[in-house]
Amino acid sequence: MIELYFKKKLLGAQGEFSLEVKLRIEQGEFVTLFGESGAGKTTLLRCLSGLTEPDAGSICINGETWFDSTKQTRLPVQQRRVGYMFQDYALFPNMSVRGNLEFALRKGASRQRVSELIEIMALGELQHRKPAELSGGQQQRVALARALAAESKLLLLDEPFSALDQETKVRLQDEVLRLQRHFGLTTVMVSHDVSEVYRLSKRVLIIEQGRIVREGSPAEMFGVGQASGKFSFAGEILAIEAADVVFAVTLLVGNQIVRVIATADEAQHLKPGDRVMLMSKAFNPVLVAC
Amino acid sequence: MSYDWQPLLLTFKLAGITTLILCVIGIPFAWWLSQTRIRIKPVLETLVSMPLVLPPSVLGFYLLLAFSPTHWFGGWVEHIAGLKLAFSFQGLVLGSVIFSFPFLVHPVQSGFQNLAPSLSEAAYTLGKSRWQTFLHVLLPNIKPQLLAGVVLAFAHTIGEFGVVLMIGGNMPGQTRVASIAIYDEVEALNYDAANFYALVLFGVCFTILLSVYLLNKKFLTRLGGT
Repeated sequence: MIELYFKKKLLGAQGEFSLEVKLRIEQGEFVTLFGESGAGKTTLLRCLSGLTEPDAGSICINGETWFDSTKQTRLPVQQRRVGYMFQDYALFPNMSVRGNLEFALRKGASRQRVSELIEIMALGELQHRKPAELSGGQQQRVALARALAAESKLLLLDEPFSALDQETKVRLQDEVLRLQRHFGLTTVMVSHDVSEVYRLSKRVLIIEQGRIVREGSPAEMFGVGQASGKFSFAGEILAIEAADVVFAVTLLVGNQIVRVIATADEAQHLKPGDRVMLMSKAFNPVLVAC
Repeated sequence: MSYDWQPLLLTFKLAGITTLILCVIGIPFAWWLSQTRIRIKPVLETLVSMPLVLPPSVLGFYLLLAFSPTHWFGGWVEHIAGLKLAFSFQGLVLGSVIFSFPFLVHPVQSGFQNLAPSLSEAAYTLGKSRWQTFLHVLLPNIKPQLLAGVVLAFAHTIGEFGVVLMIGGNMPGQTRVASIAIYDEVEALNYDAANFYALVLFGVCFTILLSVYLLNKKFLTRLGGT
């Protein structure tokens, strides 16, 4: 079990703010930190791993104190041995895939573990290649395998799927979930992808400006709990054309281009380039400027 | 006609020892410089770069003064280590180390700076000490820059003239390196001997620089770069 409470001053886009969190994570739990970039999610992971030192507070893991500002306890990052997966994967370019995993082994650990991980992650064919010769998805798998090779009980994932295409993403998310359950790893993931959070974690902490503003299950945070009986999407107007008495509005929603009908009344206030909310209720779309 | 190989051998001995010392102190210093946020960093960087722009005679002149047994530094070194720095091989080595310092430090420092900070952080989370990280993660990933730094320092020491002339004098077997010997032979109108030294130096410098470019090209292709 992880219990942490700490403060850390951060410099954000809008000036200085303070990251202040109090958190309890159960053994084997999969928790996601969700929020805008710059909200302090990565800093929280870094404080947990020991790469960044909080200004004040304490971090306890399974009864062991990793950090306590009142008692001057600071367990160095090397001794915390968390499995940390970096956003840029941070694979060592000079080592092969196997070399990267072997480097992660604890002193005296059996090399058997590397072979096991290579098999589990289906890296057999790639094991003698250098990271530069791998695709993004393959590098991601190596990074995950390396984080697991350290035999840590705590896995920290910093936006692990951000650079991947949809298909690879879904496949690797399943793999992460399987391995997390297989090894019973307490996992903290940073993400700003709603679908990812839904698939992977049971508990989401929503972080804004350094504070945990809400927490609960993904369904409570993003869905049913706040359901209002309509779909809504944020979009951008690409074009507005008059068609008889109504107007045809072409919108970019996500990566999709859709065309909807707007009344003359609605279209009057809209122009291409505007950001709008597209809401659908009983199949009649409503456009609201935002 | 037989040529005197001694100045050439002395040149290579000087360049070899200088490069070795530079590796030992210059590489860790370059790493430190790439990491540090110390306030006087710009001052340190300026000092390191000074030999690039300073006339060698200026540096040589001050070194000569400092090396003199009557100066506190020269006196101190002679007292502590029993080394005579002025007009001696040891003095040449020290002068060359200072003069070639930027040629090693610059490429190596920029190599360290261009590595993603997450590389060393990843090694730390895997339980590796700073030293292990330096040795197994950082150094192997700046091989091209290391090679460039070592070779430039070596080649630059071979080509040194002004500083050597100022602090070394022209003592056969002690401080009479090839670049000085060329000057000497020209003064004595021995163009043939001068040409011999000059040709060897030209050949050697061309060959090592060429091998750096060829090797670096190989490194880069292997790392998937262009």
